[in-house]
Amino acid sequence: MQQAEATPIPRTTHDATLTLEAFADTIVPGEKRWPGDRSVAGAATGGGSVAAGALELLRWDATGIHDGLDDLAALANDHATQWAEEAGVELDPTVPPFVSLDFSQRTELVARLTRPDHPEKEFWVLLSLFCNMAFDSAAHLHTAQALANGHPGLRAMGITQPDADGLWRFQNHGYGRRLARLHPDTTPSGSPA
Amino acid sequence: MSTAIEKTDVLVVGSGFGGAIAAYHLAAGGAKVTVLERGPWLKSNDFEHDYKLGSSYTRAFDFVVGDGMSVLGGNCVGGGSVVYFAAMPRAPRFVFDRRGSIGRRMWPASVSRDTLDPWYDRLEESLSVTKQDWSDVSYAGGLWAAACDHAGRTANPLAVAIDNSKCVNCNWMMAGCRFEAKQSLTVNYLPAALAHGAEIRPLHEVQHLTRTSEGNYRIHFDIIHEEDYRLRNGSGVIEAKIVVLAAGAAATPVILQRSETHLGTMPHAVGRYFSGNGERLNTAIINEEKAAEILGLSRGDGPAYAANQIGKGPTVASWDKLDGSLPEYSRYSLEQLYFPPGLGTILAQAPDATGPTWFGRDKKEILKNWKSWLTIFSMTEDDNEGVFGPPPATGNAHRISQQMLGRGNLSYKPTRNTWHGWNQADAEVKEILEKDGLAKVMPWTNDLVGAYTVHPLASCRMGDDPRTSALDDRNELRGHSGIFVTDGSAVPGALTVNPAMTIAALAERAVPGIVQAARHRGVPVTYGAPTPTGYKSGTKVDLPLLRTPAGV
Repeated sequence: MQQAEATPIPRTTHDATLTLEAFADTIVPGEKRWPGDRSVAGAATGGGSVAAGALELLRWDATGIHDGLDDLAALANDHATQWAEEAGVELDPTVPPFVSLDFSQRTELVARLTRPDHPEKEFWVLLSLFCNMAFDSAAHLHTAQALANGHPGLRAMGITQPDADGLWRFQNHGYGRRLARLHPDTTPSGSPA
Repeated sequence: MSTAIEKTDVLVVGSGFGGAIAAYHLAAGGAKVTVLERGPWLKSNDFEHDYKLGSSYTRAFDFVVGDGMSVLGGNCVGGGSVVYFAAMPRAPRFVFDRRGSIGRRMWPASVSRDTLDPWYDRLEESLSVTKQDWSDVSYAGGLWAAACDHAGRTANPLAVAIDNSKCVNCNWMMAGCRFEAKQSLTVNYLPAALAHGAEIRPLHEVQHLTRTSEGNYRIHFDIIHEEDYRLRNGSGVIEAKIVVLAAGAAATPVILQRSETHLGTMPHAVGRYFSGNGERLNTAIINEEKAAEILGLSRGDGPAYAANQIGKGPTVASWDKLDGSLPEYSRYSLEQLYFPPGLGTILAQAPDATGPTWFGRDKKEILKNWKSWLTIFSMTEDDNEGVFGPPPATGNAHRISQQMLGRGNLSYKPTRNTWHGWNQADAEVKEILEKDGLAKVMPWTNDLVGAYTVHPLASCRMGDDPRTSALDDRNELRGHSGIFVTDGSAVPGALTVNPAMTIAALAERAVPGIVQAARHRGVPVTYGAPTPTGYKSGTKVDLPLLRTPAGV
């Protein structure tokens, strides 16, 4: 549902957004969007998952993860609080606990949450999967449009623009010469004997 | 209100290789055939070049995450043939003598490479399978061939079901071929089946079977929403004399499990002995300078390679380890593959990462080098260790996303034998591609969604031993006459090569027996239709009819 312009964003939703951005930024890090950007840690050059549209993808009902996002964010913050206590790290009370962690601390926590033996692993892997998809395939956008708009993930990966009709075609596709000896036991139709 | 149940002679569940081939022959032979397909019916113009959720790229697929194994399969009219890469090798001879986890030959005595070869011949004709030439090979395949050669290995252009005159090397074949270059079943068997009166109903997901007092079967299905597969638009029942189950190896056993309370005890092997075809993936990050210097490769316009995006899936494989004299679990093929974004990129690991390998800073660095990725697909021998748990409420998975992503009940704990094969294949890929600094290589991680297969097999397999096989050597379900299984679940185990050709050949081979069973149940059907693209019979000498069971 779209927020009415004058309605302030509820604190929990705002916190959830910051937390999910910080999580997405841990999966595919990017540069800060503005100097005081707290959720994006600035651990890499160029846009990361957040700039690629992670939140837009996650909040789309087609993913099936959209309903549980606030709960996941709250859970991530619970884990961040626990992790900080264990590590003796003091949290900044002005931002959600997960956001308060620095990039290496977030990385350590995400590694722990996605370990094969973690009881909530499936949730965190699912969240990571969509954070990655926002960057590597812009799954919330039409690909040709995303490319035309300079989507940071598709651009970083070097995916080329399609033809004018939105389809890809490559005239030059190979080296055009023999590059290895054939296996001696190959049938005339090209199968293993 | 009428309570009459709709009736058909033969009900086919699924329209991939196993379903389409049976549907064509039975319809051409005179039976009334109805095909229920869970996925949508996408036409060539529906096949988009678009990664957005909801495009053909996600509508045509099913990705089911299990416990230790995830399965990617087709989910549309044409099934796997719409999303596959059309690599069509025959299975090597030694495969049919595999013993696997049961310590004795797992294939039926009547099936061997020799007995299957005539059926493979038939498929080569009907699907226009051709041996690729080096000029057909993509940059990625050429690079793999050159690397194999440099490391003292052989490499072969693959036999494929692709019309190269129509192929534009867009590498979108996993979203369905927009250019009709790929020989999906939607351009041969299925239109031929329709021409003979078969009816195909998309978005019909079969849930379970029941039996009538006359010995017929009732097939209970739900109607699936065309865009949001989580939604259902009603349900229905059809009665048939014969059922051909070909819902795919990740779904066929689930339908049978759910039917057990109605039909009676299922063979022990239903939902057991699942094989992921021993599949394993490695991602190499190619050093472009080394590729030019060591392999002498040049695209003429700058980089030696940087062409991950260009091509038509796999084009070259190395078969040096397809050697029957080697011990089981150490034989495999190594095939160049393309894996598009979105479907597995997250599983590729950053070599030499100082932190996590599948996410974070180091992973982003290799994503920036995506153009120089080379994916190598290992098809090894696994141990058929997959077991399906209790079926979900509907379908074969609890659907999470509107399309594609679901959580299923397949459990797969790789044995030492399976790991042995994977480790050997990984080591060889590394040896070939890291030689002289050509690349850095890492296998995909199994830590996130378990092992990953695009070729699920054996979950309802054929064999001679009732204790370890669900089907007899005619593909009939033991103890449930009139139910045949003709999809990948019938294949007894990993094949060490792409399985589509073998699944299709086994389906062709099963048809005479299904015709015979239908005749015994009073269906006026005969066997003997030519290859589905009948025009070829005039230009190529059609194959002689193969020996069929008496009375057909």
